[in-house]
Amino acid sequence: MEAYVNLFIQAAFVENLALAFFLGMCTFLAVSKRVETAIGLGIAVVVVQAITVPLNYLVYSVFLKDGALAWAGLPDVDLSFLGLVSYIGVIAALVQILEMLLDRYFPALYNALGIFLPLITVNCAILGGTLFMVERQYDFGQSVVYGIGSGAGWAIALIALAGIREKLKYSDVPDGLQGLGITFIIVGLMSLGFMGFSGIQL
Amino acid sequence: MAETRKVLIDPLVDNNPVTLQVLGICSALAVTTSLMPALIMCVALTSVAALSNAAISSIRSRIPNNIRIIVQMTIIASLVIVTDQLLRAYAFETSKQLSVFVGLIITNCIVLGRAEAFAMKNGVGLSFLDGLGNGLGYSVILLIVATVRELFGAGSLFGFSVLPLTSNGGWYPANGLMLLPPSAFFIIGLLIWAVRSWKKEQVERADYQIHEVHRTEVF
Repeated sequence: MEAYVNLFIQAAFVENLALAFFLGMCTFLAVSKRVETAIGLGIAVVVVQAITVPLNYLVYSVFLKDGALAWAGLPDVDLSFLGLVSYIGVIAALVQILEMLLDRYFPALYNALGIFLPLITVNCAILGGTLFMVERQYDFGQSVVYGIGSGAGWAIALIALAGIREKLKYSDVPDGLQGLGITFIIVGLMSLGFMGFSGIQL
Repeated sequence: MAETRKVLIDPLVDNNPVTLQVLGICSALAVTTSLMPALIMCVALTSVAALSNAAISSIRSRIPNNIRIIVQMTIIASLVIVTDQLLRAYAFETSKQLSVFVGLIITNCIVLGRAEAFAMKNGVGLSFLDGLGNGLGYSVILLIVATVRELFGAGSLFGFSVLPLTSNGGWYPANGLMLLPPSAFFIIGLLIWAVRSWKKEQVERADYQIHEVHRTEVF
């Protein structure tokens, strides 16, 4: 149990996908102008991340890993080179299914997330989470916790940045730094702040 | 000819994918702590962008509109797999350093963005050049960031010592911040400032203008 809590904190704060690994930056910068939209996208990312990482774990361990196809009578087959295309396929399909399910059963949530769901397919944070899970060889329980933790960390960073940017529009920024430039500098400062979490162990 | 040149040269400064289009920052900044992996990343991304643009453009009239994203994704993913396998075969050490970031070229917005915005509407040759140009525009930024970070963070370029470090008996105390993630954000922010001071038309309008109140208006 303690190991899971530790992994969660590690994934959400110390190794924050946005601020330590620069993942999902395009969406991170584009959708952080208002807090409400940031919260919507943040929730969508947590949900998708919490489902795709364990799902891709299953795809990897049942079909792709070296010797994983032993159950089908093919113990010598190593399909791990097909990983990238399978993961992105799983993510795209899952986002599509999620969109249809939400539309059918939770219209309110669907309207809140609507425009952000398709964006998530091409969010590097989602694919990045899966690739880190494979590279670090997490087991199923760990991949569930890692999915939720990394998604939550990304969402926290996004919402915090949106809050700062809402206030920032009243400040007098030099012309050339206006918009994108000053956002980068703020993200840098936030990243410095998040580095303060490193070394936390439970 | 003029158009060909424009497609190739424009993304370098005037319409740079990173500093102006806000594309493709995602997967790459983590590889800029030293020049060698950054250079390999640039080559990988540029070739994937150019080839995927050409491939998508050559079948653009046959792709049904409602499944175009998944078709584009599959083409890009296949190219990235080839790149990844090539790197593992011929540059294993660097491919270990790049870890997941080669795979993340798939979701790099430059590749998909250019496929969607340019290759779906233009011929094969032009699309190839557009991919090449955007890849190079991205490479320029990546290499500048990597040069600054490696030079000031480790006192070396491509692993060769340029500024002798105090820890090795030289005079240059290494700046550890340069090797940490925040410095990449600062360098890009400052780079954008520099580019926009040079090319004034890229400056963004402020959402909220602070008015200067002149005395004559008050009275």
